Amino acid sequence: MKHWIKALCLIPSLACAGEWAGYIEGQGRYFTQEALDPAQTDSTLSLAFEPEYYHAWDDDRQSFIFRPFLRWDSQDNSRTHADIRELLWIHVGDEWEVQAGIGKVFWGVTEARHLVDVINQTDLVENPDGEQKLGQPMFKLSFEKTWGVLDLYALPGFRERTFPGEEGRLRSHPRVDNDLASYESGAGNKRVDLALRWSHSLGDWDIGLAHFYGTNRNPLLQPILNSANEIVLAPYYELIHQTSLDLQATKGDWLWKLEALYSTSDREDVFSYTGGFEYTFIGLGDSDMDLGVLTEYMYDERGDNAPIAFENDTFIGLRLTANDEQSSELLTGVIKDMDSSAWLYNLEASRRIGDAWKASAQIRLWIDVPEDDPLYTISQDDYIEFNLARYF
Amino acid sequence: MKRLLLIVLCSLLPLTGNAMTPEEQGLEIVREVDRRDTGFHDFKATMTMLLRNKHGEESLRHMRTNALEVENDGDKTLIIFDRPRDVKGTALLSYSHKTGSDDQWLYLPALKRVKRIASRNKSGPFMGSEFAYEDLSSQEVEKYTYKYIRDEQLNSKDVLVQERYPVDPNSGYTRQMVWVDKAEYIPLKIELYDRKKALLKTLEFKSYKQYLDRYWRASEMFMQNHQTGKSTLLTWEDYKFRTGLKSSNFGKNSLKRAR
Repeated sequence: MKHWIKALCLIPSLACAGEWAGYIEGQGRYFTQEALDPAQTDSTLSLAFEPEYYHAWDDDRQSFIFRPFLRWDSQDNSRTHADIRELLWIHVGDEWEVQAGIGKVFWGVTEARHLVDVINQTDLVENPDGEQKLGQPMFKLSFEKTWGVLDLYALPGFRERTFPGEEGRLRSHPRVDNDLASYESGAGNKRVDLALRWSHSLGDWDIGLAHFYGTNRNPLLQPILNSANEIVLAPYYELIHQTSLDLQATKGDWLWKLEALYSTSDREDVFSYTGGFEYTFIGLGDSDMDLGVLTEYMYDERGDNAPIAFENDTFIGLRLTANDEQSSELLTGVIKDMDSSAWLYNLEASRRIGDAWKASAQIRLWIDVPEDDPLYTISQDDYIEFNLARYF
Repeated sequence: MKRLLLIVLCSLLPLTGNAMTPEEQGLEIVREVDRRDTGFHDFKATMTMLLRNKHGEESLRHMRTNALEVENDGDKTLIIFDRPRDVKGTALLSYSHKTGSDDQWLYLPALKRVKRIASRNKSGPFMGSEFAYEDLSSQEVEKYTYKYIRDEQLNSKDVLVQERYPVDPNSGYTRQMVWVDKAEYIPLKIELYDRKKALLKTLEFKSYKQYLDRYWRASEMFMQNHQTGKSTLLTWEDYKFRTGLKSSNFGKNSLKRAR
């Protein structure tokens, strides 16, 4: 590793003037149930490494960020992967900003799912919650005025979603074969997608309005015979127009949240939303702890035909923030399908150890998932995960 | 004799307050504190917190702060966290207000997410320290009501002692005793009383330095929690005033760029 950093330092005036930070993390996952496919593993160990290089010059008006990501997994070859999360040049002016390179963008306000967050592709092999994203090539122009922030994006080059391999858990049956991915656009993964977003804060309200025109980050998965005569799922990426709204009202200890979108493709028009609240009890029982109660409802007008898991589902969760020296946190909750017997249970906890270490754990359980549910194929994949990260 | 009496009477007048109530006197003191600290425009500084628990175990926090004075309202501040390393790049943007809750946004670098947070939570520990957010946020006249108590000496300095009472019902305090330096109108010590009116913490301001020949800033703020035995020493360094910061340095894009 050191040699690699040294090699970067050979690039004159760039690599050695700035600073390195990042983490290395060990992870263990144990799956409590027998897999649907005997090829799949029952437990896995893996290592992740995410260094970040940052350098600013020109009185901080210009900066450069490089953040690669590497994961090695003991069982799943598809989960052993590398990505450039960020490789970005940023130039800041008075009330404007230009970014060029590979970047990561987040849109949205809700917790149970990130509906309107459309710029970056999901790095699904990382975690089934979909919160880990692949770096997206982008050119971004941003204006910050009294009337709000206007972001304009040109997104050259499409990233395909990562899917667990044959040995991996938390995958579909049959598995997805990324070699068979196809596109509606004739330009395939070379198409330049476009997006714009206006966001503003008005008193207690934070609002975002966005439009995206390009290749849908969520593929349709179609059964097909591959060259080895196996049935696999082939991703098909459609072109969509998507208009979205994200809205939060911050009223005392209440946060009211809404994300909604309307998207159109040649095949269908879709209306979908997620909305709810988070209420925080501050200083629980005269302690320093805060307890947040979260409830969100998720809707997709396609109902049971929706290719996504949450089409008429309710999330109820608790967030415990200890406010202690170790920044101990716990988020736990359930998502209940209102149309079927299916439950999803989720727990995430983390705590700093000393100055530079952080321990975290996750539990995810899928309970009583019927066969016609998109989550059925991972419903045998209940797992417990432990992570220990060293930051530098 | 008559003349002497007149002199004695005149010199007594300020003390008897010319019929000023203790509340009016308290407000006069804090207005003078505020008047002397107005006009700095903006500053940058680094903050180091040394947290110590009752067993003597220590941990460190490093932050950088940028602040902008806003006319007729509270300051805008951007705090960027450097250590512990797992929170490096996390940043907190606050628009404080003279009345009502402050507006706050937290930037989480791992998700690149800007979150508007409920700023009514001002009484909880800031970064696990003995400082609450309300101990660190911009001190506006309107955030308290006041009452002058007495003149006395503190560490051989003449001080004005006053009480102040938070206006915001979400404050973690019912009462604060403030020792104000009579010559420079800067706070030297604050005793903070909790919701049960018991003494919770004492804050001491040390090593004051003067910037731009006018503005006094304490280089050290020591907060002792009397109920838990924990303490936090906050050290301020590298103060730079009038650095050219503008309102556009305190927007959402600045928050996302913060490093």
